[in-house]
Amino acid sequence: MTSDRLGHGSDGLLTAAAPPPAPGSSATPLRLTVNGTVHTIRLSPDTPLLYVLRDELQLRGPRFGCGLGQCGACTVLLGGSAVRSCVLPVSAVGGQPITTLEGLGTLERPHAVQRAFIEEQAVQCGYCVNGWIMTAAAYLAKNPSPTDAEVRTAMSDLICRCGAHVRMLRAVKRAAGRQG
Amino acid sequence: MTVRDGQALSRRQFLKTSGAVVVSFAMPAALLGARPDQAGAAQAPGLSSDAARLDSWLAIGQDGSVTVFTDKVELGMGVSTAFAQIVAEELDVSFHAVSVVMGDTARTPDQGGVGGSTSISVGARPIRQAAAEGRQILLNLASARLGAPVAQLTVRDGVVRRADDPTKTASYGDLIGGRRFDVTLQVSGGSYNLGVAGTARPKSPDQYTVVGTPVPRMDIPPKATGEFTYIVDVRVPGMLHGRVIRPPVPGATLRRVDGAQGLPGLVKVVTKGNFVGVVAETEWGAIQAARKLNVTWSTSTATWPAMADLYTAMWAMPVRTRRVMTQVGEVDAALASAARTVQARYEWPFQSHAMMGPGCAVAEVRGDGATIWSSTQHPHQLQRGIAQLLGLPVETVHVVWVEGAGSYGRSGAEDVPGDAALLSRAVGRPVRVQWTRADDTAWDPKGPPVVIAARAGLDGTGNVVAWDYVARAFSGSGIPPGPSTAGNMLAGQLTGLPAGGNDVPTTFQEHYAFAAKRSAGEIVPWPQEASPLRTANLRAPSQPATTFGGESFVDEVAAALRVDPVEFRLRYLRDPRDIAVIRAAAQQARWASRSSPRAGISRSGLTTGRGIAFTPRGETRLATIAEVEVNQASGQVRVTRLVVAHDCGLIINPDGLRGTIEANLIQSTSRALKEEVRFGPSGVTSTDWVSYPVLMAPEVPEIEIVLIDHPELPPAGAGEPASVATAPAIANAIFDATGARLRTVPLTPARVKAALQNRGA
Repeated sequence: MTSDRLGHGSDGLLTAAAPPPAPGSSATPLRLTVNGTVHTIRLSPDTPLLYVLRDELQLRGPRFGCGLGQCGACTVLLGGSAVRSCVLPVSAVGGQPITTLEGLGTLERPHAVQRAFIEEQAVQCGYCVNGWIMTAAAYLAKNPSPTDAEVRTAMSDLICRCGAHVRMLRAVKRAAGRQG
Repeated sequence: MTVRDGQALSRRQFLKTSGAVVVSFAMPAALLGARPDQAGAAQAPGLSSDAARLDSWLAIGQDGSVTVFTDKVELGMGVSTAFAQIVAEELDVSFHAVSVVMGDTARTPDQGGVGGSTSISVGARPIRQAAAEGRQILLNLASARLGAPVAQLTVRDGVVRRADDPTKTASYGDLIGGRRFDVTLQVSGGSYNLGVAGTARPKSPDQYTVVGTPVPRMDIPPKATGEFTYIVDVRVPGMLHGRVIRPPVPGATLRRVDGAQGLPGLVKVVTKGNFVGVVAETEWGAIQAARKLNVTWSTSTATWPAMADLYTAMWAMPVRTRRVMTQVGEVDAALASAARTVQARYEWPFQSHAMMGPGCAVAEVRGDGATIWSSTQHPHQLQRGIAQLLGLPVETVHVVWVEGAGSYGRSGAEDVPGDAALLSRAVGRPVRVQWTRADDTAWDPKGPPVVIAARAGLDGTGNVVAWDYVARAFSGSGIPPGPSTAGNMLAGQLTGLPAGGNDVPTTFQEHYAFAAKRSAGEIVPWPQEASPLRTANLRAPSQPATTFGGESFVDEVAAALRVDPVEFRLRYLRDPRDIAVIRAAAQQARWASRSSPRAGISRSGLTTGRGIAFTPRGETRLATIAEVEVNQASGQVRVTRLVVAHDCGLIINPDGLRGTIEANLIQSTSRALKEEVRFGPSGVTSTDWVSYPVLMAPEVPEIEIVLIDHPELPPAGAGEPASVATAPAIANAIFDATGARLRTVPLTPARVKAALQNRGA
């Protein structure tokens, strides 16, 4: 382990300067299809998909919540499956199309699940709502007529810190009624 | 209901223009203040946060759109929609015409920020007054324009008409659009109590047509479609990414930093005192650098009690401050002469804000000032704190609030701007910092643990003759609620600055008419600086804990007297509003009158029960009834139903209120059943959602809410009160179901099993 030189910077902070980053030798171009558009990305292949979507493609729907795959705030659809983009290396995406909250629907043409969340006013701060909507969209596409208990189970590994669960579960059920 | 175009349009506009909430269409771009794509824009001429100017509160665009400016910020409970309703009501404009700009130190008067469920009850007063003043001025202008006295004018949707000739009209946009009012208001108070007065009188509530209606929240459609701008979405040209590295053990001091060379994309390692951060070109680069950097720390001399001994240690500590909250009659004499006494102790743990989105801020520190984008609850206080941290004049620091994840008090959201500011200054470029999950769950300031001791004296005929209650905590809020000094921020503390003190003993609120009663709050000392167990406000600060003690104990007294818990409370309450919430909750829950525990409990298998708790919080009062199912083999408690009757005076938006109450109930159920910060000699060990679990969808109870509206009363708070009575209602229901009394939160299966084993024959 090398020791970096610590010294006083002009601003009074102790700083240790690192050499400039090596040219991106590890960054082979990757093709990603996001919300129907093909992008070519040059990044370290271990970069989690979340940071590619947020920082390179300027998307807002998937959000950082834990970086551990525990909370769901970063959920996107990969093919038709809800996946946690904070723990998915971008190199593992392969050719599968990615859909984010923005790609699911818009203010003018919301997806059935988004519409149900708006109608049920199923949001407090809304930071988690991406995970709930994306997980519900993937689930309902395969299970169009779930019972209340099945909806709870399907949503059972999503965190909502505010406690908007009652309305969010009702919204998923409402969307199911429409899709079925 | 459908997505409304009006909302969509105004939100679109907002997305293009500002990190703050919404901007009016007609305001010239130069008046919009700094925004993410115009980093560091100085305070625009003509705009000010001077509370004495009507123009600081209210602007009318040429198209008649209305913009209101407030220091109160949206925490996800719908307060921005409620403000728009209040302004639409006073001005007689459409709700859709109103935009709300929140928390910008260059253009919103200092109202102290958000706290204590006061945004509507106190914070909306100057907004309402400003809107009323604006309406009066506009009517005077219209009177001259239309040639009719004000008394003969009517207003609807921002258009003034002559009552005798409705074809004679003048719109607000025509009358003043794009120009200033140039009117001075009288200012009173300051901070939370900032008030303004002029000559107009706000409407009487019996005239309300917008206030009191369930207008859908304006922020929800863009939140559901991913078009909303959260603090995490703020991007500034030239922005770099930062992450922080905390000491492994509180009290450890920084020895050396190695291993920075070769880390891809690393721009700088920044240290000052025990503050350590990295800045990198990309977010992933910053995360990797923070993980891989080899930071050497000293061993620590800080000591904590073992987690298992915490409550014992708290009772053994010397009291630093004691405050008697209530004193009626001769308590000690009444206790001494009582026929019998009942007593118990209760315990509430450290709890974390554990924000859904870990704290995030963007700082751009320049030679001549700084711009900070933050989800702070206290923009003007943060302005002062950052100025002190950076050694800049206060007026050169511009804080722009942008909504974050629900913060619920003095969370890490108030700390992270200090991190971003130090890193930005060190690299001379804008830096965005978002905390990791562990930075937030382990290192946020914690809701303090509370221990409660209560005694009651009973006479020979079943009356309570004495009540003696004390709640002891490290403090109601060890860290002052706002980041108003550099030392209140973790970054400041790590660089060696002292934290401010806040020796306000924890509060307990009750309304029982016991002949003699005393309730006291005590503070015992606790190290607050640069510690992951420093304590601060967490939703309804400490009142869920003190009421867990108080309302559990009321239930214990009722049980000792074999009186129904509802009937017992009603015997000692006098205020009709207190009585009304208890009666309404009992009626909604179909409460069966009997004493607890229920008769004929089997000592194995599943059993069910119900419990009630009542609380005032300020001018709000509520009663919560919990129904539970207890698995006596596993100790697992399922809360199957919560019924609440809630009275917060005048209701602004009943659907928004219901959403906030529901969320309060679920979050407080989570705190009651699950949440406890774990710690050992090496620091906080609950660092994520596995080690700090919260309530999940399968565990969510059915919820029924009875709203009691009082249009004749001022609005009171709703952001916190429904958090207060949940834990005691659940514990009382467990007692009803099993005969076992739980006196320590969280009410975990292990504690339930232990209590079941200890229950009497």
